[in-house]
Amino acid sequence: MSRYFRAKIRENLPLNRNHKLLTLETSSPENEPLPGQFYMLGVNRGGYDPLLKRAFSLFRKTSDGFQILYRIKGKGTSLLGGMKEGDMIDMIGPLGRSYPVPETGRTPLVIAGGVGMASVFSLIESIPERSYVFYGAKSKDELFMLDELGALSKGLYISTDDGSLGKKGNIAGVLEDFWGRKHETEDQYLIYACGPKPLLGLIARTASSHSIQAFVSLEEQMACGIGACLGCAVRVKSPVSVLQGSEQDFIYRKVCKDGPVFDAAEILW
Amino acid sequence: MNLEVEIGGLKLRNPVMTASGTFGYGEEYSGFVDLNQLGAIVVKGISLKPMQGNPPPRISETPCGMLNAIGLQNVGLELFLKEKLPFLRKFDTRVIVNILGNSLKEYQKISEALDDAGVDAIELNVSCPNVQQGGIMFGTDRKMLGQLITGVKNIVKNTVLITKLSPTVSDIKEFAKTAEDSGSDAISLINTIPGMSIDINTRRPRLKNITGGLSGPAIRPVAVRMVYEAYNAVKIPVIGMGGIMNADDAIEFFIAGASAIAVGTANFVNPEATTGILSGLIKYMERENIERISSLTGSLDIG
Ligand SMILES: Cc1cc2nc3c(=O)[nH]c(=O)nc-3n(C[C@H](O)[C@H](O)[C@H](O)COP(=O)(O)OP(=O)(O)OC[C@H]3O[C@@H](n4cnc5c(N)ncnc54)[C@H](O)[C@@H]3O)c2cc1C
Ligand SMILES: Cc1cc2nc3c(=O)[nH]c(=O)nc-3n(C[C@H](O)[C@H](O)[C@H](O)COP(=O)(O)O)c2cc1C
Ligand code: FES
Repeated sequence: MSRYFRAKIRENLPLNRNHKLLTLETSSPENEPLPGQFYMLGVNRGGYDPLLKRAFSLFRKTSDGFQILYRIKGKGTSLLGGMKEGDMIDMIGPLGRSYPVPETGRTPLVIAGGVGMASVFSLIESIPERSYVFYGAKSKDELFMLDELGALSKGLYISTDDGSLGKKGNIAGVLEDFWGRKHETEDQYLIYACGPKPLLGLIARTASSHSIQAFVSLEEQMACGIGACLGCAVRVKSPVSVLQGSEQDFIYRKVCKDGPVFDAAEILW
Repeated sequence: MNLEVEIGGLKLRNPVMTASGTFGYGEEYSGFVDLNQLGAIVVKGISLKPMQGNPPPRISETPCGMLNAIGLQNVGLELFLKEKLPFLRKFDTRVIVNILGNSLKEYQKISEALDDAGVDAIELNVSCPNVQQGGIMFGTDRKMLGQLITGVKNIVKNTVLITKLSPTVSDIKEFAKTAEDSGSDAISLINTIPGMSIDINTRRPRLKNITGGLSGPAIRPVAVRMVYEAYNAVKIPVIGMGGIMNADDAIEFFIAGASAIAVGTANFVNPEATTGILSGLIKYMERENIERISSLTGSLDIG
């Protein structure tokens, strides 16, 4: 059976002025989605503008479907925001590579910048009370699920750009503080991160300086979502240069198919 | 009901094909559509050596369309023959290989290998610059286009030759005639139309490559017009494409003169677009009492 299907909107709940939580009901979920995977959603109700589907991460599985946490950004997400309970959405998914499951004994540090939380939440949920969660956003009202995150994690660290909650500034700064207080040897940690690309680049550098493996979820403009159009290219070190440590050579990988989750050490930031 | 069409001697079970570059190497869509149901699969353009393609962002959505500057990223001839073609051969459909090169020699080398490998047809993508001739496009210079087609035609023994015409010419009829006169068995059109889009807040182009090719419903009227003009200029079959989203769009192309159609950008929007269009065609034929799809070709009524 096909991963192209229609789902019914059970709820399209506003979380604040520009974020919503979409609950979808799928009569026959074709594939069980894994943390880090995503769906391409048709946001259009007839007509061809906007034309392409929009990519959204699996936020959380439900008993008969799943949820998507999204930020209203432009035309497509505005249309999605206007959809109502009972409306049908056509979509493709689940797509892409998921976050690798952390081995027992390792302590995941899960880092989310803004709506990047949408991608890592189900990972945190899948490993209750094992991870430290670092969650940064513009301000307090753009931080979601804090109670759940508190309960699901071993520790929850918050930052906001405006200082309205947690530490003022970037979440990477909070991570820096963490190294001073950590209880385990560094090789026991494992980083998972999703957020704006500059933040991910910063985290990749931190991870490599502490010799910690990091998995990041990337975003790129997508048309097909299934590896056919070659639109979603990201530069990764070519296998040879990974071996030699040279960054001269690179190859393009597809964010939709080879990712969206990549080993941060592979990416040419 | 008869859905069969013939493209320069090559029989297709039905006239629904895929447009090069929008269907990967077939594999990518095999979980969505039964590839056996397609008239033909046209794969992503193949060059002699693998190509990296352009830096991202490579695509940008535009009103009713999209711009792409993939930069002809492809696995190259060798890997295609070794890894991609065997998969396609498992299906009972025609395999058409879109090819590109920087010189006649390159086109010839690829064509020869594909001919030996027994692919059903070669589609010449002539939107590439000729490096040896100072970067002039094969597709926009009639003399060069003619030489290219003749040069490839002389090399291939069994493979049907399709020339994919560039839409960036002032008179498509002339280029269609050149293709016919030079020995092309069929022509296909249109390729994407060069375009550009700018983010006014950053004043940056939305594509890293600055310009890209426009595809999707936005280009359909241009494509229909060009298919119509080309059909009236030549006797060889015309494969129509450009913004076909559903069966109605496809039918418009048949009426304008297409013998077969190719589905491109629509695959991204609906991965089942090809088979959906096929069933829509069948319904239309039933409703309109059309026995043979080929009778629809060029049936425009201009009163
Ligand atoms: C794998 C993946 C997972 C994602 N998960 C989520 C999520 O869980 N929640 C969420 O709120 N957002 C997520 N995004 C971002 C989301 O896809 C964009 O915010 C959305 O496409 C914006 O559409 P728009 O029409 O509102 O914006 P516009 O800016 O008007 O969109 C114009 C075009 O750009 C594309 N685009 C815009 N922003 C992005 C972006 N950041 N990444 C990729 N393409 C973009 C759109 O798809 C569209 O084709 C994800 C993106 C990717 C690639
Ligand atoms: C992402 C993308 C990649 C393409 N790659 C090729 C290619 O490799 N060779 C080619 O001849 N045409 C290529 N095309 C052009 C299409 O085959 C087709 O001619 C064009 O997109 C118009 O059809 P459409 O509007 O249905 O997409 C590409 C188009 C797109 C959108
Ligand atoms: S979005 Fe088409 S290849 Fe990734």
